[in-house]
Amino acid sequence: MTTRYVGRPLRRSEDRRLLTGRALFVDDVQLHGMLHVAFLRSEHAHARLRGVDVAAARRRPGVVAVYTAADLGDYWQPGPLLVPPPPIPGLVFHPCTLVPLARDKVRHVGEPIAMVVAESRYLAEDALGDIVADLDPLPAVVDLEAALAPGAPLIHEHLPSNVAAHVMQRKGDYTRARARADHVLQRRFRYDRGAAAAIENRAVVAQWDSHAEELTVWDTTQAPIPIRNGLAARLGLLQSQLRVVAPFVGGGFGPKIMMFYPEEVLLPWAAMRLGRPLKWTEDRQENFYATTQERGQIHDAELALTRDGRLLGVRDVFLHDTGAYDSYGLTVPINSQCTLLGQYRVPAYESEFTVVFTNKTLVTPVRGAGRQHGVFVMERLLDIAARELGLDRLEIRRRNLLRPDEFPHNHEILFQDSAPLVYDSGDYLPALEDAARAIDYDRFVREEQPRLRAAGRHVGVGIACYVEGTGIGPYEGARVTVEPGGMVRVATGVGTQGQGHFTAFAQIVAEVLGVDIARVHVVTGDTREFHWGTGTFASRGAVVAGTACHAAAVTVREKALDVAARVLDVSRDTLVLEGGRVRVRDGPAAGIALGELALKANPLRGAVRPGTEPGLEATAYFGPDRGSTASGVHAMIVEVDPETAMVRIQRYVVVHDCGRVINPLLLEGQIQGGVAHGIGNAFYEQLVYDEGGQLLNASLMDYLLPTALDVPRVEMHHRETVSPLNPLGLKGVGEAGAIPAGAVFAQAVEDALSDHGIEIREIPLSPNRLFELIAERER
Amino acid sequence: MEQRVAISVTVNGTRHDRSVEPRLLLSDFLRQDLGLTGTHVGCEHGVCGACTVLLDGEAVRSCLMLAAQADGHDLMTVEGLAPAAGELHPLQAAFHEAHGLQCGFCTPGFLMTLVPFLREHPDPTEPEIREALSGNLCRCTGYQGIVDAAALAARRAREGGP
Repeated sequence: MTTRYVGRPLRRSEDRRLLTGRALFVDDVQLHGMLHVAFLRSEHAHARLRGVDVAAARRRPGVVAVYTAADLGDYWQPGPLLVPPPPIPGLVFHPCTLVPLARDKVRHVGEPIAMVVAESRYLAEDALGDIVADLDPLPAVVDLEAALAPGAPLIHEHLPSNVAAHVMQRKGDYTRARARADHVLQRRFRYDRGAAAAIENRAVVAQWDSHAEELTVWDTTQAPIPIRNGLAARLGLLQSQLRVVAPFVGGGFGPKIMMFYPEEVLLPWAAMRLGRPLKWTEDRQENFYATTQERGQIHDAELALTRDGRLLGVRDVFLHDTGAYDSYGLTVPINSQCTLLGQYRVPAYESEFTVVFTNKTLVTPVRGAGRQHGVFVMERLLDIAARELGLDRLEIRRRNLLRPDEFPHNHEILFQDSAPLVYDSGDYLPALEDAARAIDYDRFVREEQPRLRAAGRHVGVGIACYVEGTGIGPYEGARVTVEPGGMVRVATGVGTQGQGHFTAFAQIVAEVLGVDIARVHVVTGDTREFHWGTGTFASRGAVVAGTACHAAAVTVREKALDVAARVLDVSRDTLVLEGGRVRVRDGPAAGIALGELALKANPLRGAVRPGTEPGLEATAYFGPDRGSTASGVHAMIVEVDPETAMVRIQRYVVVHDCGRVINPLLLEGQIQGGVAHGIGNAFYEQLVYDEGGQLLNASLMDYLLPTALDVPRVEMHHRETVSPLNPLGLKGVGEAGAIPAGAVFAQAVEDALSDHGIEIREIPLSPNRLFELIAERER
Repeated sequence: MEQRVAISVTVNGTRHDRSVEPRLLLSDFLRQDLGLTGTHVGCEHGVCGACTVLLDGEAVRSCLMLAAQADGHDLMTVEGLAPAAGELHPLQAAFHEAHGLQCGFCTPGFLMTLVPFLREHPDPTEPEIREALSGNLCRCTGYQGIVDAAALAARRAREGGP
């Protein structure tokens, strides 16, 4: 038998470097002669920029250069549109992409106006105080509905309104479905902004080597290859003159996939002009203003169903806040639109959204990337419908879940990757029953809750289902090389931010090649190592890059067997590859080591046979037509203190199905972390903007991330419905934990407070907000 | 502004005599002047705990101290934790085994927070561990692996093994 690695909870090979402080993060890069950069950022949310006086800053000792938009010349141009919208009929989209430095207007607090380069960061920040930006404040556009009111101030004045996009997608005939319905309910739901809040802030280091004529950029990006390609085009360099390295990255969660941030285009440009390496590291306050954020949405949703709780149709009209620019396209609202359908059979769906410009920081995908909004709306509608129809919350879900014989299931609308929204596989009802059993739903509702209520305690249970579209295209690649010493090197283009790719990809390759996993060395995120690919997003690393690693390893195995057959002069069919050696089946145990075969495949003299390639190396790509759909159920029990409105999570259960599991240890870590993020979204975290567009809580003192006291141990149960879309049967998992947390939290809290009769239609909650909801009800 | 302060600090057993700007943060001194980049900076306002180091054996936030204030003191950073190159401190080993890290950026701060805590609480309960960790932020793990790692390290220390 070959060594089995896939499916085992192996410890991570990358840990040692991280635990001993030797792992390289971007801010750790120190170069000879390096200069430091600081940015002057707008203090106004919306203002006309009349001029910038940098003369005093330029005179300050230690300052090497100061740049404004005017100094950039032709290099000043709006950034690219990252994701063009899918070809949805009737779609309206006005791209207004980020600019490197504000030129005539600022559109959100924190937008960069000037860049200072100095001998130290301290001096650069000193010089910021010398700069005078002549800003003429304009009324700020903050509220989504006010932004659309006639006469609202225009953020992009060449457009007729603050509408960035309008999209309508339909399935079936909702009007007819509604006419046939026994019961129709309408609600308005709100989901407000949050921060991704990776503990590592963004950073960029750029170094121009004038001898080699090569530019090296270290960047905390999730997408080093697209950064390289885009920068090369902007700077007029060959792609091969540019190396972008995303070394260890201290958490991504989405905003680090955004490109181009102003700093990413400015540092390389200035490094080339000045001939000295430059470093900029974002501070935490800048992170709150200048790194992209999670999404605010307002949904007006309507559910039509039969009296026995069968769904006939859903209509949802929502507003999506994109912030001051829309560089990332429509990925987030389309995720909301598509994910709303969840695990359910929805015969008719009408979904219309309007994307709105506001004077706030840009919105781009953050863990879940809008999926949680769709899940929140649908799950809340089902909860309310169950109550109004006198059905159990589980029962209404059971009646509407897709059955295994309905896969692949075509929802007849387009997903963010422009492919039709088709679920590849799934088995939903057993997962729901598993979750109900694990949380002991029936007994809790029948016995525990009444008993505790009688004792004056407010306990509640929530249970919510979700899907996660994962592992989308276009493609990723990998190169697998057997070195003469027998070590196996794997290079792939995706960046890594803690997911455990070094270990997971090694597991896949070690299993195919039958080698000890300790001999497999994985590199990621360095364009010099591998320069084809797109990046780490949409829970696709393991699925897409993992499958490419598998394909490359399979080709290397074939090559090894070919070489061995030739060397041993036997038929290939008689050979087996195991323990890092090829031997004749039933023959002597020794055989030939892979490293030795690699040498023989790369002779110094003699001939390599026509039609073969030297060495034991292969590059392979995997490009799925569409993503694989993971799914799961979250259940939780909470206790609420109605006096303080504090919520204590007593239990949290996750039943998860992400197809075949590569490493359960990594999987559980992803889920636990995702749930923590979701709990933060649900109860602790909210970016609070005032009517002037000022962010009122731009520090970790005021913006509360959940701590070890707030996140419970998540009880996990796994199911495996393998995906038919890739040879390993994988589905992604990176965002799953965060997606249904808001929905399940709202349901459980509402259940705990059922004697107060409140209906929760918004996330995030907070003790304050919950207290208000209780008080409103009591008035 | 050109005024400088002479300081003498011992870091991971090595003495350093330097002249620094009075305003230089201890975190920047460690990372930039001494090249000890294992200490990470996440917020520079004392909340996230990533920059935690030991000052005379006690956990402090190096972003909330000036380098000048460390004059005459003994510091330990994450680089000084392992007993020898190629080896891991028992707490580091426990983090590895219990999957107590993902991106690893906050990890040095958690390690340095736990070292004095476990010294003073050799047999901590889970709520005590959670309380001790509540001043450090992690966005990746949801804390469970870190809590388990701390408990594992404590148990091993009590049992007298690594």
